[in-house]
Amino acid sequence: MKKILFSIILMFATVQLFAQDNGVEMADKLRSDGKIYVVVTCIVIILVGLLAYLFSIDKRLKKIEKEKPTKN
Amino acid sequence: MVIGIEGKHSLIQNYIRMNKTWWKIFGSVLVIYTAIAGLLLGVPRLPILNESIRNLYFHVPMWFAMIVLFSISVFYSIKSLSSKSEIDDMKAVESVNAGIIFGLLGLVTGAIWAKYTWGQFWSFDPKQNFAAISILLYFAYLILRNSIDEEQKRAKISAIYNIFAFPMMVVLLFVLPRLKDSLHPGNGGNPGFNSYDLDSRMRMVFYPACLGWILIGYWVYSIRFRIRSIENKQQAN
Repeated sequence: MKKILFSIILMFATVQLFAQDNGVEMADKLRSDGKIYVVVTCIVIILVGLLAYLFSIDKRLKKIEKEKPTKN
Repeated sequence: MVIGIEGKHSLIQNYIRMNKTWWKIFGSVLVIYTAIAGLLLGVPRLPILNESIRNLYFHVPMWFAMIVLFSISVFYSIKSLSSKSEIDDMKAVESVNAGIIFGLLGLVTGAIWAKYTWGQFWSFDPKQNFAAISILLYFAYLILRNSIDEEQKRAKISAIYNIFAFPMMVVLLFVLPRLKDSLHPGNGGNPGFNSYDLDSRMRMVFYPACLGWILIGYWVYSIRFRIRSIENKQQAN
């Protein structure tokens, strides 16, 4: 898993090499610093957290839906 | 009032049943992929837009999710007029409730993007104005519902309102802005992203982003609907 993750990160790192510089200012410095990965990590953590929360809500709802018919 | 949760299910519903998990995981994976690939993959180097072109992966899918949810709503509104089913009515409301969240997110992200590309949060651009009006249309739908106490009447009147609101929304978002000069891509004299900006690299992220957010939107709607049907059952008992 670690290897796969590492190779994916490396793959993304090389993608930028194909970008052509036509004088338009982009955040190339941020990318070459590698600090963009900090931003990506934060966003992914937030998204995963929120989605996991949605899954837990869904699970609780399923439980309530299941116990409903027995009560009636 | 007896409400059967296990009613008739259409073909699509059989594939995307609300209590199934696979499509929720699929949507989550797509959205997470969008966040990673959207920030790391290459984009065209364009003046003014610069890196903010990546907003396309996050701002536009909000609108797609909203439109899909409003389409679900109008579908169930039409259905509820003939079926007189309370379930169809509840589906129509809850998809509007979920769709409005995405519409507001689209409006706010659009305003922030506009600040750094057009210079102002709100430049009274036709696209911005009409998008705001179309969301107001759906606020009116919810207010109209809340103002009617009788259930049958509420279902019928709000369904008819919804059937008028939906084409209005389509016209406001896709027709009127194109007739005027707008800063927004795809309108007036402005070329859309499709013409040359949205290259194959961006498509690799943009389409999964749209599908992912539509699925997340449908998920939020399904949770809202399921909660409402439980509440409804409790009230009936």
